[in-house]
Amino acid sequence: MFKSVYNWIDERLDVTPIWRDVADHEVPEHVNPAHHFSAFVYCFGGLTFFITVIQILSGMFLTMYYVPDIINAYNSVEYLQTQVAFGQIVRGMHHWGASLVIVMMFLHTMRVFFTGSYKAPREMNWVVGMLLFFVMLGLGLTGYLLPWDNKAYFATKVTLEIANSVPWLGPIIKEFLQGGTIVGAETLTRFFALHVFFLPAVLLVLMVGHFIMIRRQGISGPL
Amino acid sequence: MSNQNDHHEPSEKPPGRKEMSRRQFLAYTLGGATAFMAMGPVLPMVRFAVDPILHKKGEGEFIKVVEESKITDEPQEFSFELQQQDGWYASKATLTAWIRKDEQGKIYALSPICKHLGCTVGWNNDKNFPDEYHCPCHGARYNKLGKNLAVAPKPLDTYKLKLQDGWVYLGQVEPNTEVK
Repeated sequence: MFKSVYNWIDERLDVTPIWRDVADHEVPEHVNPAHHFSAFVYCFGGLTFFITVIQILSGMFLTMYYVPDIINAYNSVEYLQTQVAFGQIVRGMHHWGASLVIVMMFLHTMRVFFTGSYKAPREMNWVVGMLLFFVMLGLGLTGYLLPWDNKAYFATKVTLEIANSVPWLGPIIKEFLQGGTIVGAETLTRFFALHVFFLPAVLLVLMVGHFIMIRRQGISGPL
Repeated sequence: MSNQNDHHEPSEKPPGRKEMSRRQFLAYTLGGATAFMAMGPVLPMVRFAVDPILHKKGEGEFIKVVEESKITDEPQEFSFELQQQDGWYASKATLTAWIRKDEQGKIYALSPICKHLGCTVGWNNDKNFPDEYHCPCHGARYNKLGKNLAVAPKPLDTYKLKLQDGWVYLGQVEPNTEVK
């Protein structure tokens, strides 16, 4: 059944070459853990991608209950965590995944650094990778405020003070991020918008660039 | 893992039995294992999303509305407050009911929500149609019993009603059974 539906679409749209191009390619021996177990270090990039997918999915589901409003934000998080079936699991995925994605990204960066994979012709991909890293940190920062509890509130105060310490532009950056003169209702909606729309959009664009470059330039050779 | 023993051909096949190729077996096994693992994150998220429709609908309690002695033959509007819990948000909703009694003294309470498209009807609020419920939105009309006379497809809903210690208590809204 599945096959005939697929064939019906494929006859009309010729999709096979597309997914072949995306998914069907050989993994060189030196990056395949089945050949050399130590090659597992090459998995961290893929793991970062995998956790990012989980983050996007669990985040989408969390917005079914969450509201970015100073009166209801904390209550909605508490409600989805304690009253909704599997709420603890879904928020748990998002909460722990957020930390794990930073860890995986760091390990991936270490691998690229110590295998010298950032060298020509792959310098651009290193730069895009660094941008991805900063976007990911931005997602972590903006997501941290959303539960609107004491920890979130004061952590955001601290990060905004850090932004404030930028020479010359500091106070402007701080007020822009804060959306006003205090950490309050407008900060919460602003961080929500950044966390849910702006930063993920940038992240996806950068990820596409990252992956296209890997395919164009190939995986770097063995040490 | 090793490619050396791929060339092992089975010497004889039992007749009439469809053999599964190694490729097919691996495809099913890997596909099945992947699907099983994908269920790990997917099932909690789906169950999380459908949670509200699986919640037990609470049997509404009765709310004290008005003294029995104040009810007349002419329908009168009474409003009452309902404590409602909307997820994490608790609030008070104000509901209204048109209450009257018939010749035998039996008390009826009608919901003012028009059965056409959900506007709010009023009693005797259109000079052209005296002693009728009239809806200002699309001109739906109902008689004293709540029977639909024009536009609306169904009679006005009734409140569940309870009399206790000389007071009228109202509960859930239910379809009108008094009129056909």
